[in-house]
Amino acid sequence: MKVRIHVSLKPGVLDPQGRAVHHALDGLGFTGVEDVRIGRLIELEVADTTSDEALADMCEKLLANTVIENYRIEKVAA
Amino acid sequence: MRAAVITFPGSNCDRDMAVAIEQVSGTAPIRVWHGDAELPDGLDFIALPGGFSYGDYLRSGAMAANSPIMRSVVAAAERGVPVLGVCNGFQVLTEAGLLPGALMRNAGQTFICRTVPLTVENGESLFTRGYGSGATIRIPVAHHDGNFFADAETLDRLEGEGRVAFRYGEAVNGSQRDIAGVLNEAGNVLGMMPHPERAIEDAQGGSDGRAMFESIFANLAVA
Repeated sequence: MKVRIHVSLKPGVLDPQGRAVHHALDGLGFTGVEDVRIGRLIELEVADTTSDEALADMCEKLLANTVIENYRIEKVAA
Repeated sequence: MRAAVITFPGSNCDRDMAVAIEQVSGTAPIRVWHGDAELPDGLDFIALPGGFSYGDYLRSGAMAANSPIMRSVVAAAERGVPVLGVCNGFQVLTEAGLLPGALMRNAGQTFICRTVPLTVENGESLFTRGYGSGATIRIPVAHHDGNFFADAETLDRLEGEGRVAFRYGEAVNGSQRDIAGVLNEAGNVLGMMPHPERAIEDAQGGSDGRAMFESIFANLAVA
């Protein structure tokens, strides 16, 4: 089973990287961009029997830092 | 005095840390590899050095925080052994849950390598009593991910409990409330982005870091 872990910065956490990219988009002439936030996509290939609890545990213990990041687990249909 | 310096793959300040410990205490620390399952017995002090452990993969310090030796470091910290994490060592301590908050990319996006003024906010801790509260010292920083973040409630608690050890005396990296170093609740774990081990003698451009090591070892002598 393929699983995608979407890791994003929590609302309220400043994202200097996103701000720099926002600035660059402005510089390229793309108007109307109101905000840019940069996250991370982690793709896992796991046994079909892997439980939701185990996936959440992976996120809590390593894949995301829950002080600053949220995560969303997406199971991808094969 | 039995001290240990932990080396992770990608640590690059471990030798400087070992030299600083030996110069100030007179005893060379034990060098410990990240893959070792256990720390040596009877340690009085543990240092996690700066560098780029595991190439900063995933997040700075995240991989090292889960390396075999860290279980032993966490257990030692919980027993009250003094633990100092500098730069990448600070990042490892936050990722391991021994210190609150997180170290994010510098607000200016650039790697910062210069000597900065620090205010000693808590000059009573076992790491800082050689300075006294309110002292201004100059210590080098060299980091890309030193932007300290914690939520407002955590920051208020840290300030209220005297756990902000050091604050930058000028804008450096965007850290919340200019925090440069924090203590754990028990006061035996300190994480800081600036490098005291790079300021031990005048030949390094300054010796303001020396008093930190003197404080740690003086405390051990009377204990």
